[in-house]
Amino acid sequence: MNRQPLTSRALKPTIFFAALVPLALLVWNAFHDGLGANPVETITHETGSWGLRFLLLTLLVTPLRRASGWQALARVRRMLGLFAFFYICLHFLTYVVLDAYFDLHYILEDITDRTYITLGFTSFVLLVPLALTSTNAMVRRLGGRNWRRLHRLAYVAATGGVLHFIWLVKADLREPLIYLGLLLLLFLARVPAIADRLARIRGSSPGESASSARQIAT
Amino acid sequence: MLIRRREDIKSREITDESVYLNRRRFMREAAGITTASALAAAAPGLLLPRPAAALATDPDAKGRILEGVVESPYSTDEKLNRYKDITRYNNFYEFGTGKRDPANRSGRFQPLPWKVQVLGECAKPGHYDLDDIIKPHALEERIYRLRCVEAWSMVVPWVGVPLGPVLKRFEPTSKAKYVAFRTVFRPEQMPGQRRSILDWPYVEGLRIDEAMHPLTLLAVGLYGRALPNQNGAPIRLVVPWKYGFKSIKSVVTIRFTDTQPPTTWSMQLPDEYGFYSNVNPEVDHPRWSQSKERRIGEIRKRDTLMLNGYADQVASLYSGMDLGVFF
Ligand code: HEM
Repeated sequence: MNRQPLTSRALKPTIFFAALVPLALLVWNAFHDGLGANPVETITHETGSWGLRFLLLTLLVTPLRRASGWQALARVRRMLGLFAFFYICLHFLTYVVLDAYFDLHYILEDITDRTYITLGFTSFVLLVPLALTSTNAMVRRLGGRNWRRLHRLAYVAATGGVLHFIWLVKADLREPLIYLGLLLLLFLARVPAIADRLARIRGSSPGESASSARQIAT
Repeated sequence: MLIRRREDIKSREITDESVYLNRRRFMREAAGITTASALAAAAPGLLLPRPAAALATDPDAKGRILEGVVESPYSTDEKLNRYKDITRYNNFYEFGTGKRDPANRSGRFQPLPWKVQVLGECAKPGHYDLDDIIKPHALEERIYRLRCVEAWSMVVPWVGVPLGPVLKRFEPTSKAKYVAFRTVFRPEQMPGQRRSILDWPYVEGLRIDEAMHPLTLLAVGLYGRALPNQNGAPIRLVVPWKYGFKSIKSVVTIRFTDTQPPTTWSMQLPDEYGFYSNVNPEVDHPRWSQSKERRIGEIRKRDTLMLNGYADQVASLYSGMDLGVFF
């Protein structure tokens, strides 16, 4: 395939380094008194927010690829998913180390008694098998069909992540509701009738779709 | 003089600032056992007083310097939070729900001139100028713990006057069982009020005995300076044994009532916030634990103290009450 080979080749490293920027900023700020009065809270919020954003971006890849016809996008899906997992691991570690101080009793009580932690923890646990089966070897071993079925759990985890956010907010629901809206759009994009329409967008003319794909991807 | 009562060391008898400062320096040098025991004798049963020293200062502190401020035996000697953190990590939804919003978005707020309307069950209702309310009383520095319902805390050197004597000047009647407070409503100056995140204007209330308690403060400053807008300029309540949201900011109305007044958070989420909202490690918020808190400036959480560590002074207000029911 001959569609913007350079852009396609640059896509993966670009996204890789871009995805590390939030972490780099956190580390830089940590050493420059830049995390505000409550650094643990800032780290929790940043890692949680980026985990959720990468999760939603991962789910955006397939609808976007279908609509744009830009097949190279498929190659970044795994990476985006693993970055989501990476940030959520940091998020969970922040909680275990800096919030709970490894106090197992406290952690277990939170997981069973606090709905927002229950939701977050469930989502985190659901992501573990997805990360473990993300290698090519595992895709082959499971077979494409089973693998796809298993990886639909990403939608469940994203839903849990959004609910987790809604549940912990005190009064201002605007931000988590934006994520909820985005998630609902992603679900919509998977409804067969809508998915077909998305796929037909690129059917118009190859040149046109290539440029629109570039616009969406940049 | 080392065994004189603390009250005697106030600025009243001091004519010249350099003498005063010298005395302070002397006191600081003589601080330690002697001063501490003198103060303990002066204020039995109170908090451990700070060793006599200058009022709290912070090189970052800005704003009009408040004159004639005296120290108080009610102050804690815990490590103070930085001015920077106290003024840039705020919950003041009138300016936005982010912690930095109050600092970043309160620039247009005009705290002066300021009037407070006093009404309800009292003999002297009226519109009082801020100075008329504060001036008859000596400004005190009160270093209090502040415990937010979100499980973080700070130590803040407030400047203000005890609420009780102020209220008494309005001559509350025997029907005054509660005191209700209201925050100013100025959406043009308070961007957070342009969205109905809460049911504006913000209202709070205390039982009259809580309001009259010597710990309850009407604050007009912190770190020796006039209150910054984001901290509730020009006048706010500070009730150190209750969660922070009870300490209503930018107060424009004080009303004496004979029934329990509505309060904003308990109207918003009645299952989560009650009228009393006393700091209590044993009564969890429905969605999170209240047993621990993170002191701003520290990483590891510490245990939350009953009534925020003021139980010796205020527990008697609630004797016989089930604090799990009256949360
Ligand atoms: C898929 C998994 C998860 C996602 C997507 C997620 C996402 C988020 C988001 C978006 C926030 C709010 C950030 C903000 O306010 O700006 C948050 C906060 C938080 N999360 Fe998670 N989270 C997940 C799992 C977990 C787990 C497993 C735990 C701990 C067991 C956890 C503990 C917390 C805590 C303690 C907060 C802060 C609560 C507060 O500020 O009051 N999360 N998370």
